Amino acid sequence: MPGVEGFMYPNEVSLYWSVLIVLYPFITGLVAGAFILASLARIFRVEAVKPTYRLALLTALAFLIVAPLPLQLHLGHPERSYEMYLTPHRSSAMAMFGFVYLWYLMAVLVVEIWLDFRADIVALSQSTTGWRRWMYLAMTLGSANVSPRALAIDERVGWLVTLIGVPSAFLLHGYVGFIFGSIKANPWWSSPLMPVVFIFSAMVSGIAAVMLLYMATTRLRRKLIDMRCVDTIAMYLFYIFIIDFSLEMLDLIHRIYEADESFRSLDFMVHTRLYFSQIVLQIFIGTLTPLVLLFLTQVMKLHEVVRKRIYAVAGSLALIGIFAMRWNVVIGGQLFSKSFLGYTTYKMALATREGLLVAIALTLLPLLILAVLVKILPPWPDAEHASIREAV
Amino acid sequence: MTLTRRQLLILLPAAAVAWESLLAGTPEASPNYTMTEHWWSMLIDIPKCIGCGNCVRACQAENDVPDGFFRTWVERYHVDDWHLANPQVISPDGGKEGFPVAKEDEGKYFFVPKLCNQCADSPCTQVCPVGATFIAPDGVVLVDQKYCLGCAYCVQACPYGCRYIHPEKKVADKCTLCYHRITKGLTTACCEACPTGARQLADLKNPNDPIHAFLKTHSVQVLKPQMATGAKVFYNALDGSVR
Amino acid sequence: MRVFRDAGHLFRLAGLFAVGTLSFFIIRAFLVPRSFGEYGHYRGAAISEIAAHPIRFAGHQTCETCHTDVAQTKNSGKHAQVNCEACHGPLAKHADDPSIDPGKPDTAVLCVRCHAASAAKPKGFPQVDADQHSNGLPCQTCHQPHNPAIAAGGAK
Repeated sequence: MPGVEGFMYPNEVSLYWSVLIVLYPFITGLVAGAFILASLARIFRVEAVKPTYRLALLTALAFLIVAPLPLQLHLGHPERSYEMYLTPHRSSAMAMFGFVYLWYLMAVLVVEIWLDFRADIVALSQSTTGWRRWMYLAMTLGSANVSPRALAIDERVGWLVTLIGVPSAFLLHGYVGFIFGSIKANPWWSSPLMPVVFIFSAMVSGIAAVMLLYMATTRLRRKLIDMRCVDTIAMYLFYIFIIDFSLEMLDLIHRIYEADESFRSLDFMVHTRLYFSQIVLQIFIGTLTPLVLLFLTQVMKLHEVVRKRIYAVAGSLALIGIFAMRWNVVIGGQLFSKSFLGYTTYKMALATREGLLVAIALTLLPLLILAVLVKILPPWPDAEHASIREAV
Repeated sequence: MTLTRRQLLILLPAAAVAWESLLAGTPEASPNYTMTEHWWSMLIDIPKCIGCGNCVRACQAENDVPDGFFRTWVERYHVDDWHLANPQVISPDGGKEGFPVAKEDEGKYFFVPKLCNQCADSPCTQVCPVGATFIAPDGVVLVDQKYCLGCAYCVQACPYGCRYIHPEKKVADKCTLCYHRITKGLTTACCEACPTGARQLADLKNPNDPIHAFLKTHSVQVLKPQMATGAKVFYNALDGSVR
Repeated sequence: MRVFRDAGHLFRLAGLFAVGTLSFFIIRAFLVPRSFGEYGHYRGAAISEIAAHPIRFAGHQTCETCHTDVAQTKNSGKHAQVNCEACHGPLAKHADDPSIDPGKPDTAVLCVRCHAASAAKPKGFPQVDADQHSNGLPCQTCHQPHNPAIAAGGAK
């Protein structure tokens, strides 16, 4: 059989979960990570990162809206996907995730964005005309109350929502990790560490993404990048990355040491079929390089321009590295046979429903949505529509 | 035929009536079949399997199994001396057209037919997000292809590789233990076609089923017992090298 | 009360959520299939749908209802355990309508599948090297498939 080495159970030869299923945890990871960055400002009172607070929330929303799309395109019967909400099987992590997603979208993210932007929304509903006016009016839910007391209530409730939002974000992406980690049939996936590794790598990707978006959008708007802000973000990125890397190394060392029945097969797979994406892309280019770069910025006094360049490079490499991690988990988990006697190949199509072009489109779509969102709800700390209350 | 015309005239209608009553009715409607009175399983006798592939072909014919996918298949093992951890295994087209001739050597050969193990604690039904796959009250794990989303989570969760996504229907598919046959008193297509009796359908709730005597007198294993799936396909004399 | 006045927008939001949740449950009542949950977390009607799948193999008992002579010949020989359709293929259509001629299987392919000698087959199983055994003659020249022992019946 072409592409097959050794023996595979006959039904295992073709992969069932494609690059779209790689994209899905990557996207939800960005959501969780962006939200955690936002919560740094709101809950943990890290003043320095406040300029990115609103941008982080909108980024999370843009990616969360796109998140179900790779799943829908992958399903054999997407028209039946509503069944997950009608008759969720309580023992299924995937079914429960449908509700976690809904909870996070509606009860956390949308509410928090609404509460934080409400004063602006009311102002915009009064200052704009035409269809925009109707749009903002609808978003006010008919209430124009922006008195100091109302806004204070918003502030309190918003803080509470963010507080609930932090464990909700962990649940959102931890669940995705559990979807893989709870499959005893697959030794590459089955691990109690999986949800934890997913959460921390999500934080790395989300923080890196918001940092890059902040730097890029600030440059595009020809404004000055708040260096105290990006320096702080980079510091958090560095430390969370270390935790993430340590967890992944722990998993690796544990596997090598215990060397159970699956080890030889998995080891061979990592050294051959997964070599480029795991060793080269994920570990060296995607983790060690950005870690070293960020380490340099933490211990050396570097000029602002140098720091900005390093952050841009490190952030981009981190995103590539986290994407590679998702690839290695999802695709890697299907490249080896459950008989531990063989390997197959992933033939990624180009222009089909689950092909590369669709994957690229789905990666770019959130950025498009974000571009629309920032037009509707400008998150800029120095915006002119700053609002009735203090600039964030 | 050595039947007289008279004998034929008597036999044919009787056969037709018997056949029709076999075809008619659903499990609940048929007064002969009550789900809770059965707990289906299968017994596979490894020393009897000759790797002819009859079962794979019969299953495909009975259940319209698409090419390239298998509800049942046969693996051929070659174990060299004491190297149980490194068997050479082949399954050319699932063993559908049999196997190439093997040359005598130091090692040993044997065939292992595989199918859905109809697990009592199946990991596949556990992960289905909507309840499209389930274990029926008579112990058969089935897929509701009108309800299945085709998410393939069950395919990932099965430790035995017995599931696949049907390339045309785009839903999960797998061995149903010929549910449409066993509920009408017939045996499965694979058991019917097996020339050596290596595959035997068994009803664990039937006290007269020969499997009980067999289990008492033979050394029997299930595949991947460490997975604790409650597998109900029992193998006689399964070698330790079998994956 | 002042707090209600200033929190009015929050009550509207809560109201929206309540309406959404209620609509969900109402819609759900219409969409969940009737038989769902009958035996477990699945559509109970699926069981009978699966049980109604068409039958392709009639089963040897049905064959033996008519072909009693063949059954007698077979039961006294080495192929007693070999069911009719193991060689003749699925015959439910023929059992349904005996005027349908199922045709005879090609022994050149059929017999060899089981009886070609291979080190992989169980030692006690009758197997021959097909090329050397009969010098190219078809199997049924000497073996009657229903009772293959040469002493018993010889050629057809």
